[in-house]
Amino acid sequence: MDPIPLLQVKHLKKYFPVRKGIFSKRIGWVQAVEEISFHLHSGETLGLVGESGCGKTTVGRCILRLLEPDAGEIWFEGEDLLRMDAESLRKVRARLQIIFQDPYSSLNPRMTAGEIIAEPIRNHTRCSRKEIQDQVSFLMDKVGLHPEQAHRFPHEFSGGQRQRIGIARALALHPRLIICDEPVSALDVSIQAQVINLLVNLQEEMGLSYLFIAHDLSVVEHISDRVAVMYLGKIVELAKDTVLYSSPKHPYTEALLSAVPIPNPKMKKQRILLQGEIPSPINLPKGCRFYSRCSYRMDHCREVDPEFKDLGEGHWVACHLY
Amino acid sequence: MTTQTKTFWKYFKRNRLAVGGLGVILIIFIIAGSASWLSPYDPGKTDVSLKLKPPSFEHLLGTDQLGRDVLSRMLYGSRISLSVGFVAVAISIFIGILVGALAGYYGRWVDSFLMRFVDIMLCFPTFFLILTVVALLGPSIFNIMLVIGITSWMGTSRFVRAEFLSLRERDFVQAARALGVKDRRIIFKHILPNGLAPVFVTATLDVATAILVEAGLSFLGFGVQPPAPSWGNILTEGRTYIFDAWWLTVFPGFAILITVLSFNLLGEGLRDSIDPRLRGRR
Repeated sequence: MDPIPLLQVKHLKKYFPVRKGIFSKRIGWVQAVEEISFHLHSGETLGLVGESGCGKTTVGRCILRLLEPDAGEIWFEGEDLLRMDAESLRKVRARLQIIFQDPYSSLNPRMTAGEIIAEPIRNHTRCSRKEIQDQVSFLMDKVGLHPEQAHRFPHEFSGGQRQRIGIARALALHPRLIICDEPVSALDVSIQAQVINLLVNLQEEMGLSYLFIAHDLSVVEHISDRVAVMYLGKIVELAKDTVLYSSPKHPYTEALLSAVPIPNPKMKKQRILLQGEIPSPINLPKGCRFYSRCSYRMDHCREVDPEFKDLGEGHWVACHLY
Repeated sequence: MTTQTKTFWKYFKRNRLAVGGLGVILIIFIIAGSASWLSPYDPGKTDVSLKLKPPSFEHLLGTDQLGRDVLSRMLYGSRISLSVGFVAVAISIFIGILVGALAGYYGRWVDSFLMRFVDIMLCFPTFFLILTVVALLGPSIFNIMLVIGITSWMGTSRFVRAEFLSLRERDFVQAARALGVKDRRIIFKHILPNGLAPVFVTATLDVATAILVEAGLSFLGFGVQPPAPSWGNILTEGRTYIFDAWWLTVFPGFAILITVLSFNLLGEGLRDSIDPRLRGRR
């Protein structure tokens, strides 16, 4: 691993205004992402997990600047993405790509598979029609599609195949980092494994790095080198995947891990069922965000928001227990 | 044919009135296109000895006060009515799409500015605005098309804006942005083709309105100027003789009625079969 990370996110913040009434008066903010920092090395996969609505997708979209963050820095290949003008951003986007969750809405229904995959190439390079066609065939072959299917429209493909088209489109410009925004959660379990394996193989072949966003720890376990757990807009724990899975520190991670189904009916397991309500992201309590659902809560937790501390060997956690 | 087109046809075919409207429109088109062959007489040829003859075998729809054949004049007039309808709507769609697309895609102040402008345009009583402009510019067929076009695009722009607002948040548009595709290409290649269906529906309904406006203008003498025939001015000229020569007003009036009705039925049929929520009501 090289010393300078490929991607470094520092104190990222994104608030969404909540508006109401005929004059759209702002009545509050949803703190979608609150002070998130992490880094990602070249060739590494960082898993980002958390329940729905915790801000995982917002983090991904902010890194691509599909959403404008309110504060923070995003360093990619030694440049701050948030200080870039439109033209350099356009160029950087060739090396920074995204795969979307829903393969049914992420492909333009009026363009053929070939056109969709050719779009980035046509957009960033000056290739002849023949060269583009060759590249499209090469990419389709690479993601396990038949190049003869290039003239078909997205609705003529299955969900898994559509996701492969999305992957081919993301690969077209030889990116260094791909943000996978729950790329398999809309697919059948049998197809999920195929797509995950495809992503793993492509990573080895092309030296890709992934920021892998998911809500399912078992999927993340298979592909990630390190895993970050998010809860209500903050990272509560970050560790190497083997460490996180064998000795989780944060009570929320513990609960998440206990919810992973084990395909063995005889095995008894202890499930930690979370009690209590998730606080509304509009009026967050001032102490620990997890206070209302935590089984180890102390009086201290209600008053002070825990710091994100390093426990050594790159294991970070935000909890007063440590 | 894609699945969407198939389901569209399935529902459209069930709506008999709309299919009938489409049929009538096609027939009117063929008639207008072949007016020079179908016309039994030269529409401009006057013969005072034949003036105000009632319908007969020589003159199927009778003759007017100058002895011109009404059928021939109406056949040629259909060309003018239809071309005014279509060109005016083409102009209005062009402006409407442009304004709606810019407002919907860029949002923020661009949106507020353009939509307030639309509101202002909607405040004018359109017909009187057209009347004033035509009176100032002079009543040529080109002016009429232009003026009807630039006073009727507001509905289209609102539709297009609404489509853009919802489509620009879709993942495939986000994907195009993430690929660094330029705004112009996103607007015209990714969003517009997916939002055109409702535009065609309003366009069909607008054609009917434009034909009606042209007839109204001609009736008031601000439309197509005689001796060039249009349904509206045949009607006007016949007004003087309404008690002596009913055929001068009834036939052009009927032609306008049928055409406008057909376009309206077709437009409503299209709308019902495109919008899944309206399907199966009939």
